[in-house]
Amino acid sequence: MDDSAARRGVIRNCLGVGVAVGAYGAAFGAASVAAGLSVLQTSLLSLLAFTGGTQFAVVGVLAGGGTMLAALSSGLLLGSRNALYAMRLAPLLRVRGARRLLAALGTIDESTAMAVGQRTDELSRTAFWWTFGAVFSFWNLATLAGAAGASTLGDPKNIGLDAVIPAAFLALLAPRLRAGRIERRVGAAGATIAFVLVPLTPPGIPVLAASAALLLATSLRRRTA
Amino acid sequence: MSLWGLVIATIVGCYLLKLAGYLVPARVLEHKQMRQAVEMLPVALLAALVVVEAVANGRHWAFDGPRLAGFAVAAVAVWRRLPFLVIVVVAAATAALLRQV
Repeated sequence: MDDSAARRGVIRNCLGVGVAVGAYGAAFGAASVAAGLSVLQTSLLSLLAFTGGTQFAVVGVLAGGGTMLAALSSGLLLGSRNALYAMRLAPLLRVRGARRLLAALGTIDESTAMAVGQRTDELSRTAFWWTFGAVFSFWNLATLAGAAGASTLGDPKNIGLDAVIPAAFLALLAPRLRAGRIERRVGAAGATIAFVLVPLTPPGIPVLAASAALLLATSLRRRTA
Repeated sequence: MSLWGLVIATIVGCYLLKLAGYLVPARVLEHKQMRQAVEMLPVALLAALVVVEAVANGRHWAFDGPRLAGFAVAAVAVWRRLPFLVIVVVAAATAALLRQV
């Protein structure tokens, strides 16, 4: 395959990812408005925080009656993986100055996955920027549509939104669970911790406390090592 | 903290986390424990969020029939690796229809 054909193939995949992932945006927009944020606040989160799992977590904890601090902490813990992605991308993208500031905004699950999967650094850069552009466009358009739609539809339970939110988290979780046994054990431990703590702690805390499931992964590694 | 405070803190925090990764020396990545912890963290948090969003209402367990039915149908869609749009639509449609009857 020559270089331009490879490049066109990569761009086509990036656009596909953008459309598929962008659809999450509508669910986020609706969930965010249902949690009490305005359409403007909802859109600013999608434009500038631009990291789906974190955005869902913040409005999810808030909707469940959690404090602002619990919502923020869950969101930032989930967002911490983007720092790791950035460390992986830095040597591939080799960006400086204003382009680095822009690349930072676009550092998310999808752009990282598409970039690290390429044969050459050149194709990695193409994949990163096109995925970023495609996901950013569709995610923000869909957020606005979902937020505006939800604010005119009234009670979110009438359109089944309360079932959409756990389904969306499950869809984000599933590929990680398929990755390996340690992932599945950490997931099961996190779910158990959260379930047990629901009646015992203020809302938001069960999610934060689930990070203790990581200790399980560490102890498992020691035993198998 | 007001809602605006939460929105701004989330935006600033998320952006700084992303930017930080471009500024730290690459050798931090060589700490295996560190890398695995950051990779596993989303698994634990997302699993907890699934549970809390499915069966909690504030400080109580809440097993709402239509919500759980919508979630269960969506879980089958996730298992069958159907597209995200399908997952969302079947979850919403199942819960909404059951509430009509």
